[in-house]
Amino acid sequence: MTDQLVDTTARPEPLPEPEAGGWTGALRRRIFDTMPPERLLPDTQPSYVASWIYVFGVLSLTALLTVIATGTILALKGAAWWHVSGTGHFVNSLHLWSVELFMTFMSIHLIAKFFMAAWRGRRLMTWITGVVAFGCSAFTALTGYLVQQNFDAQWIAVQAKDGLNAIGVGAYFNTMDFGQMLIWHVALLPLVISVIVAWHILLVRRRGVVPPLPLPGTEAQRETEAQA
Amino acid sequence: MTIALAAPPATVPRPAFAPPVNLSGQGHYLHWGFVQVSVANVVVIAAIAVAFVVALFVPFPGSKGRDGR
Repeated sequence: MTDQLVDTTARPEPLPEPEAGGWTGALRRRIFDTMPPERLLPDTQPSYVASWIYVFGVLSLTALLTVIATGTILALKGAAWWHVSGTGHFVNSLHLWSVELFMTFMSIHLIAKFFMAAWRGRRLMTWITGVVAFGCSAFTALTGYLVQQNFDAQWIAVQAKDGLNAIGVGAYFNTMDFGQMLIWHVALLPLVISVIVAWHILLVRRRGVVPPLPLPGTEAQRETEAQA
Repeated sequence: MTIALAAPPATVPRPAFAPPVNLSGQGHYLHWGFVQVSVANVVVIAAIAVAFVVALFVPFPGSKGRDGR
């Protein structure tokens, strides 16, 4: 009897799809919602990026990759190799000069972003990770000079330990302890820099490249001030 | 007391590209009050400043004629 009252041709409304996949599914959805592939690897950029001043970020990254590659070879071959063999001297020089270029490019990148007020538009963490990466890089460079195994390294170690003792960290960071400085230089600090730089790049991709500051007296400038 | 250093052996190969200044000698420093900075660092700082200004004003290849995206 009741069959006549029920429309058997109509399909029931589909139930909402449950949040399947457990924590891995939730993590996957979160990653793809936050960083969709077209934002992670874009093939276009705003027109204002077509300027040499925007090149120094990727130049810094390229120099950093060279630093890590040559440093890995030096660590694998050892001090006896880089001090006495011609190839060792060459790789040692590549490591030094890629560091010089890395710090140079990063300095220009930092100055440019400072004058662009690159923390605008919810980019504060992008700016902070960049500054922290710069500080960690300078600290890593110090430990690099300390493990040269020459008179220069000994001079720097003796000078630096006075300053570090003065601020009370000499008991934990002894510049005259070669083994401690070597581990900081080849293991701890490169890991920290790699993580911070990767985080910095992901933030740049997520928030986009900061636009130039608006001209004074324009509507764009008033909008920028209102957002601040 | 003067210590005479032995001359390097004749078999040491000469570098293919000699630097314009003697990089193995004593460093040169500039003094300004309590500020002391090496000439090498001044050169690097000046190079950074020049690169910064050049990057601002030299046109980027293909930057003209873009439609905003």
